Amino acid sequence: MQLARVIGDVVATRKDPGFDSTPLLLLQPISADGKNVGRPLVAVDSVGAGVGETVFFVRGKEASFPFHPTEMPADAGIVGIVDHWSTDKK
Amino acid sequence: MILARVVGTVVSTQKRAQFLGAKLLLVQPETPQGVATGATLLAIDSVGAGVCERVIVVLEGRAAGEALGKKLAPVDAAIIGIVDQLEFVE
Repeated sequence: MQLARVIGDVVATRKDPGFDSTPLLLLQPISADGKNVGRPLVAVDSVGAGVGETVFFVRGKEASFPFHPTEMPADAGIVGIVDHWSTDKK
Repeated sequence: MILARVVGTVVSTQKRAQFLGAKLLLVQPETPQGVATGATLLAIDSVGAGVCERVIVVLEGRAAGEALGKKLAPVDAAIIGIVDQLEFVE
């Protein structure tokens, strides 16, 4: 999993039927120090996250597990909203 | 599996049910020499690792779900060992 900030909502009318009624959000992955890392990506949301929140997301086929038994061709999914995190680098 | 250093902890209240009771740790992938490489990741901990410890992380969904011991868990990374000692040749 990876930390990310929700930076947008994605609206798509024509899409794979597996995605019907699934919220799609735009994520910017961040590192432990809060800095942006890598390119923004689109992820399915199963926890009710919103723009501005910090979340963690899973990559790969596991992204579709929260929607079981619906199968969808997703490769990134938000699985939790972060309350806070701390780092303790030596 | 990869070598990584535990660098922090994450607290999340609103998350998928499979994460209930699981410990989430921030891990920084490292080279065998101990140099940080790539983005910080979030992994569930099944062995009782702590901050600053060097660990072995599995980066594959099915394996990580097995470490968590739950079916259809939307996870893709799990700490499956704490490194006591590492010997290697350049």
